[in-house]
Amino acid sequence: MKNTLVLTGTDNVAIALEQLFEGDAAAVYTHAGTMSDSLTVYGNIPRGHKIALKEILAGEPVLKYGFPIGLASKDIHRGEYVHVHNLESQRGRGDLQ
Amino acid sequence: MKTVMMYPRESGHAGVRNRIAVISTVACANHVAELIAKASPLADAYTHPYGCDQLGDDLKLSFECLRKMGSHPNNGACLVVGLGCEEIDAKELCAAIAKERKLCSYLIIQEEGGTSASVEKGAAVLKEYEDALSAQVRVALPLSELTIGLECGGSDFTSGLAANPALGELSSRLAKEGCRIVFGETAELMGAEGVLEKLCVKRSDYEWICERIRHVEKAARDMKVDLRGTQPSPGNIRGGLTTIEEKSLGAVCKIGSEPVRAVLNFAETAAEPGVSFMDTPGNDLACSLGLAASGAQILFFTTGRGTPMGFAACPVIKLTGNHETARRMAENIDADLSGIIENKMSIEQGGALLYELLLETAEGKETAAEKLGHREFSLYRISPILT
Repeated sequence: MKNTLVLTGTDNVAIALEQLFEGDAAAVYTHAGTMSDSLTVYGNIPRGHKIALKEILAGEPVLKYGFPIGLASKDIHRGEYVHVHNLESQRGRGDLQ
Repeated sequence: MKTVMMYPRESGHAGVRNRIAVISTVACANHVAELIAKASPLADAYTHPYGCDQLGDDLKLSFECLRKMGSHPNNGACLVVGLGCEEIDAKELCAAIAKERKLCSYLIIQEEGGTSASVEKGAAVLKEYEDALSAQVRVALPLSELTIGLECGGSDFTSGLAANPALGELSSRLAKEGCRIVFGETAELMGAEGVLEKLCVKRSDYEWICERIRHVEKAARDMKVDLRGTQPSPGNIRGGLTTIEEKSLGAVCKIGSEPVRAVLNFAETAAEPGVSFMDTPGNDLACSLGLAASGAQILFFTTGRGTPMGFAACPVIKLTGNHETARRMAENIDADLSGIIENKMSIEQGGALLYELLLETAEGKETAAEKLGHREFSLYRISPILT
């Protein structure tokens, strides 16, 4: 199984600790070293990038470190790659004025 | 009480280095300052594109930053090099530095008669200073003489997982010893207000920081720019950081769970033991200047993607949690903390490693940046060039 790391119990994304490929089985570990979940990978996710642990609907917050890091700009499925194509910051948005 | 072998100063805290600052007051004097600095291995040239056509608070800040560099704990002597007609007056700057450093003098290129005459005069002054400084020795002084600056640049996903948390451990340890720890990069706290609310001892400090963060956001809105074009940077994004909120939550890990006891304006001296926040840009060179001006004798710089940058006034200890970077840019890295991500090293062990590295560096061990001669410097402008 490939390794991913989740930072807190409220996070809905984990961090890929190695390159993940479509169809891989990924184990989700906590900092304490316990495996809290396992899931199938959709899409190719580079090392260090994020994988969704739950379904996140467009407009809902993505949570990491226990805090929101932005809102989903599209519906995101469990196991999907989360990055600039489906996650948007809510801060410093001069373009929204 | 923990002691460290450092250089005592006639005024202010101890130095971990004993160097000569050759300070250019203005762009026109830069090359002369550089040529003079070549005359001694103990000298660093502090050059920048400014010093003229500056007004008001912007001028005051530049003067104050140069004054702080000339009298920095790591500098035992200073030579101010001016052209003769600029707003930052060499004689005035020298007098201000001389209040804290006996070994301080100035020369004016227009009075000396041009490049070669100035370089000859400057080199002779440096020889005298070199003799004086070589006779000075380190003595055992309390660790609490140290102010440490914390900074990140070229961040990626490893920054908030390994390198910054290890700094957080170090911060707690140093705070217990009575040291001052300063961090900044205001724009890179955007999204981490929830963490700051818990860590700030004074509610008013938390609100001040939030106002400073809003100020950066407002500037972006007024320019009608989407901050996402620069925060996170393209490199941050390739490295896995999607939003500024995510980057900030990783950045704030560098103070761990250590309370924030005071807030500082840019380049203000740190006085309170424990962690202080300074309002600085995220720009690496500007941040280094602010931290060095707080009195920081050593900077800890975490990087995910890798950066070779040092700083003229301080040893910069470069650490990374990215094993690829530690390998590829090995000559620029002082500490590889990627073991934390691979579960081979705990965050506590990472902090302990940094503590030992701090002591060695304080007592004279050169950082990678110092060995490679990285002595970057610039001033930080708060007004555009109007005239």
